[in-house]
Amino acid sequence: MSPLTRKLLRDLWRIKGQAIAIGAVIAVGVLMLVMMTGLVASLEETRRAYYERYRLADVFAPVTRAPGHRAEDLGRLPGVAAVETRITGAALIDLGRDRLPIQARAVSLPDLRAPRLNAIHLTDGRMLQGGRNDEVVVLNSFARAVGLHPGDRLTATMNGFRRELRIVGLAQAPEFLYTTPPGELVPDDARFAVLWLNQSALEAVFDMEGAFNEALLSLTRDARRAEVIAAADRLLDRHGGLGAYPLHDLGSNRFISEEINGLKTSTAIVPPVFLAVAAFLLHIVISRMVQAEREQIGLLKAFGYTDWEVGGHYFRMILTIATGGALAGCVLGIVAGRAMVDLYLYFYKFPFLVFRLDPSSFLTGFVVSILSASAGGALVLRRVFALTPAVAMRPPAPPDYSRSGRFRGLAARFLDQPTRMVLRRLTRQPLRMAGAVVGIASGIALSAAMASILDSFDEMMDLTFGVMDRSDMSVTFTQPIEARSVLDLAAIDGVIEVEPVRMVPAILRHGRDSYRGAIHGLRAEPRLYRAVDKAQRPLYLRGDGITLSRGLANELGVRAGQVLTLEVREGRRPRVDIPVIAVAETLLGSPAYMELDALNRALKEPLRVSGAYLRVDPARADRIHARLKDMPMVAGVSLKAQARASLARVMDQGAGGTRYVMALIAAVITFGVIYNAARVAQAERARDLASLRVLGFTRAEVAYVLLGELAVVTLLALPLGGLMGWGLSFVISRGYSTDIYQIPPLFSAESYGWAMLVVLLAALVSGALVKRDIDRADLVAALKTRE
Amino acid sequence: MGNAFTTRDLRKVYGEGPAAVHALRGVDLEIPEGEIVVLLGPSGSGKSTLLNILGGLDRATDGQVFFRDSELSAMSDAELTRYRRDHVGFVFQFYNLMPSLTAQENVELVTEIARNPLSPEEALALVGLEARADHFPAQLSGGEQQRVAIARAVAKQPDVLFCDEPTGALDSVTGRAVLHVLRDVNRKLGATVMIVTHAAAQAAIAHRVIRFADGAVQSVTVNETPASPEEIEW
Repeated sequence: MSPLTRKLLRDLWRIKGQAIAIGAVIAVGVLMLVMMTGLVASLEETRRAYYERYRLADVFAPVTRAPGHRAEDLGRLPGVAAVETRITGAALIDLGRDRLPIQARAVSLPDLRAPRLNAIHLTDGRMLQGGRNDEVVVLNSFARAVGLHPGDRLTATMNGFRRELRIVGLAQAPEFLYTTPPGELVPDDARFAVLWLNQSALEAVFDMEGAFNEALLSLTRDARRAEVIAAADRLLDRHGGLGAYPLHDLGSNRFISEEINGLKTSTAIVPPVFLAVAAFLLHIVISRMVQAEREQIGLLKAFGYTDWEVGGHYFRMILTIATGGALAGCVLGIVAGRAMVDLYLYFYKFPFLVFRLDPSSFLTGFVVSILSASAGGALVLRRVFALTPAVAMRPPAPPDYSRSGRFRGLAARFLDQPTRMVLRRLTRQPLRMAGAVVGIASGIALSAAMASILDSFDEMMDLTFGVMDRSDMSVTFTQPIEARSVLDLAAIDGVIEVEPVRMVPAILRHGRDSYRGAIHGLRAEPRLYRAVDKAQRPLYLRGDGITLSRGLANELGVRAGQVLTLEVREGRRPRVDIPVIAVAETLLGSPAYMELDALNRALKEPLRVSGAYLRVDPARADRIHARLKDMPMVAGVSLKAQARASLARVMDQGAGGTRYVMALIAAVITFGVIYNAARVAQAERARDLASLRVLGFTRAEVAYVLLGELAVVTLLALPLGGLMGWGLSFVISRGYSTDIYQIPPLFSAESYGWAMLVVLLAALVSGALVKRDIDRADLVAALKTRE
Repeated sequence: MGNAFTTRDLRKVYGEGPAAVHALRGVDLEIPEGEIVVLLGPSGSGKSTLLNILGGLDRATDGQVFFRDSELSAMSDAELTRYRRDHVGFVFQFYNLMPSLTAQENVELVTEIARNPLSPEEALALVGLEARADHFPAQLSGGEQQRVAIARAVAKQPDVLFCDEPTGALDSVTGRAVLHVLRDVNRKLGATVMIVTHAAAQAAIAHRVIRFADGAVQSVTVNETPASPEEIEW
């Protein structure tokens, strides 16, 4: 082993604390990079393979009732590669045992052949046999959640017909990667099912002999999707076409795309921050080392080592730390990625999801950490090159403070000398001090903003389930019914209040932007389900326009007073222009509201409702459930408490779970910066501090000179970190906001308090560690060595 | 006048077992107050170790050391700090000025915590540097820095002034000037001045010369007529 290598190892051992701190920061950056790019690659690749293998359609064209031969017309459209038709409809599963009926979607499969598009992946049992109309294949996640197995029986009500079905298999399918109960936005395996039946069975049930109500199209490679969609709409219009839409508008696919985009955004933002911090820290540590070892450097050069050999020695140290950090980051990234994959499997029903290492992320991780570390070290190497042996062998001139401030007048009277030392040092290298301040402030900002997001999640839940929705349950009818039928609901013993609602699927268009969603038709002054303004006051729903949620208004780029086009996808499918009269605050979903009568007028269907919100006596909830189950008009019931619980679960475990990781990471950065600042300050001033001790200063007084600097840096970082955190919370809240929910940027004093407390604690711990070394310092040795 | 320092069988061992280094092997000394004492000897002879122990920077492994009537060897760390603060001035080979403080502020660093200090201006005048009071160490020559260090050491009016190779890093002209200042301090303030050096010629200005070899006192010479710094050979 060459002497320089031995020196390298010993030096690394000497600065192990700092090296580990810096390596940890690099490791976290690389960890995030490897984990997130790996997740993106896994999700994208698995999704692509899954879609491809099970021939997921490129275009979905729902229609009211189209004759079977229309499929051939669709197949002749330019750009269409394959067509499959099917029958789908709402179903209600009765699991008995006093349980609420469960909403399900019935989907047909061809009787005697495999589907050309949208095949399913059988996980248990067998496929349907042709002509066996009592057989059913059930969505695997639902069956597992409620404890159903192949061979079990199941009662389902479809289109008013009650059917006894025998489960022959369990399956999953790429179009149901992410399944939510109707009207809800987060998955709950136990409350939503998909039932696959033979086409002949559903033809009978839904009165669709020789017809279909959904066409699936796959496109050729060169197809123009928008043109195909327009052509399909034209073809299906006379059969009650409900508007064809592309795969990326499919609910399940949209959720997973949101997730992937979120990951990509984080990948672009988070790791670079860490690597920049690490570069800054390395720069400080190595430049300090070069300063301290200038004699050795001079000696090596005097012996005949070249600039490059000596520079290379310090560069190898940088490389070792960077490589070590990157290596640890890669390994931890794989571990973290594997753990995240399990989490994703819980929400996204892939038949398999292997954490796919993106080998390029290793390379990127290594190259980027080494480059950024080298950037931190390059400036230092210049100094190594500049040292000539002669200069290096002379004792160094004292650092020049002649340009720093003189204290006159009041300052001269009140500032004692130790304080002046603190102040002059702070001002002598303002850039470095600013770097330390910004580094610590970033840590505060990151943790404060992340902690604030926790409150934002709560705020979102409260607004949604406390302020807007004050009902206990909502009931959906099988089809729009006469308004007075809700009186039947009110008559149930234990129902305190009933409020009708009309939900209408529609496409909202403004300019080139469009959104597929539903319009809530509510009373002008609803009590149970309300739209609220910024101050959370209920909005009066005027009859002369539409009220949009903020998320929707932003997506469509529309303000109050502007007009948008409504394409209703139900009944007569009218198309109306309607002014936006107000924007409502919502944090969950992107609803639009209209006054009920005005909506019905626009639909030319007066006095119709499609569901109701109920407030009930909780003591009689079970009996109410039983009554609702027996009402043929009821298609589904959802309990607010259940919806709230499933959202809370997503917040804690899913995307929301990463916020805990982020908070932890913020702590790593903060501690890394503070600890290094303290260590470097101590190393640079060991001799000054020892001199002070010799002059009769006590340990506490000496610690003040050193830690005063750290204290000032930390105190300056507190307000700056607060400000940065406030700005960051806007960025993060936007990053966490998805199609499903919006996370409002909140300023939570408590979160900031905590973040600052943590920083102060980190400063205290670092201070204590450094002070321990000051106390132990050998006065005699420190004085003998010429810095 | 009494003794500034008394040592009895003072021993200092660094390390343990066969690797142990015996820096002091039983030193018995009496150093009267108000003298200039030069400790002479080759490197490794133990003179600096003795200075460090007398100055309260280091502890003996065995034996006793007294400052006047107080036993230094029995003091706690805090008491040693107090002792250095109240009684002792130090002048270092490499000056050890605070680079972030001006000459005057370096002196004030000590006067602020001393019980009966000179004014910083007086202290600087004593070393002839009143005109450079507002300069930072980086703006001063080596000799000037050492004179500031002496001003800083004497400003508290110490009872003892310890100088470890005070002229080691200086040329002959500045070195003589520094010795001059040390003699003035001894005369004007009555401080005991202890100088460690390996330059035998400098011993001429001392009242008492203690020669060290191999961790033990070889000889103590009393000089009734100390020379002036101008007379010594460099």
